[in-house]
Amino acid sequence: MTAPQIAFLVAAVGTLGSALLVVTVRNLFHAALWLVVTLFGVAVVFALLEADFLVVAQVALYIGAIAILIIFAVMLTQNIMQTAAAQANRQWVLSAVVAVVFFLGLWLILRQLPGFSQLPAGSVPSDSLPRLGQAMVAPDQFVLPFEVASVLLVAAMVGSILVARDK
Amino acid sequence: MIPLSWYLILAAALFCVGLYGVLARRNAVALLMSLELMLNAVNINLVAFWRFQAPASTGGLMFTVVVLAVAAAEAAVGLALILSIYRQRQTVVAEDVDQMKG
Repeated sequence: MTAPQIAFLVAAVGTLGSALLVVTVRNLFHAALWLVVTLFGVAVVFALLEADFLVVAQVALYIGAIAILIIFAVMLTQNIMQTAAAQANRQWVLSAVVAVVFFLGLWLILRQLPGFSQLPAGSVPSDSLPRLGQAMVAPDQFVLPFEVASVLLVAAMVGSILVARDK
Repeated sequence: MIPLSWYLILAAALFCVGLYGVLARRNAVALLMSLELMLNAVNINLVAFWRFQAPASTGGLMFTVVVLAVAAAEAAVGLALILSIYRQRQTVVAEDVDQMKG
C-alpha cells in the first residue's frame, strides 16, 4: 500500500465517521463542529485528486463561510430545542434502511460503470489554475455560468436579508 | 495510485449518510447540515471524474465551483428562512411547520 492510498483511507474514514456524527449527535453545536471536520476531510480528498483551487475554495468557502453561518444559526435558535428532546423523528429506522438500500443500489450501478477501477488517465497540467481563471472569463468558455453564479449570489444575499429582517 | 472506485464509493457513502440525516433529523438546521454533506458527496464525484477522465479540461472544475456557489446561496437563504420561522412560530422543528399541509 502506497502513501497516497493510506492518506486516502485516513481521510475517508475521518470524513465518513464525522459525517455519521453530524447526523446522529444530540447537541446541534457539536454536530456543526463535526461538520467542519467532515468538510476538512473532503478538502483532503480534493488535495489527493490534485484540484488545488478547490482545496482552497473548500476551506475558505465551506469551512470559513458556510460552517460559520450554520454555527450562527445554531446559536440563534439553540434555546428552543433542548438537547434532551428527541433529535430524530419517528421514521428514523425506516430512514436508515432507505439510506443503506440506496447505498447498495448505487454500489451495484457503479460496479457496472466502464472504467470503475481504472487508474488516473493523464496528469493534471501544471498551469491548470491560470487556465481555470482564464476559462472563467473567456467569452467562448464559462463566462455565462460565472456571471449567472454572481447574480445568483447577489439575489440570495438580498433575499436572505429581506426574509430574515426583523419587521 | 488510488483507483476511481475508491472515490466513487466514498462519495456514495457520504451521500447516503446525508440522505439519512435529511430523512431522520427533526431540527431544520440539522437538515441543512445533512444537505451540505450530500452536496459535498456530489462534488467529490465531479472532481474524481474530472481527474480520471479529462484532467486537461477545466469543465469539471468549473462545474464544481458553480455547485459551491449554489451551496453558499442555498445555505444563506435556508438559514434566513429558519430564523424567520423561529421568530414567528418559536420552533425549528421541521415537522411542526405544517401550515401548508393539505
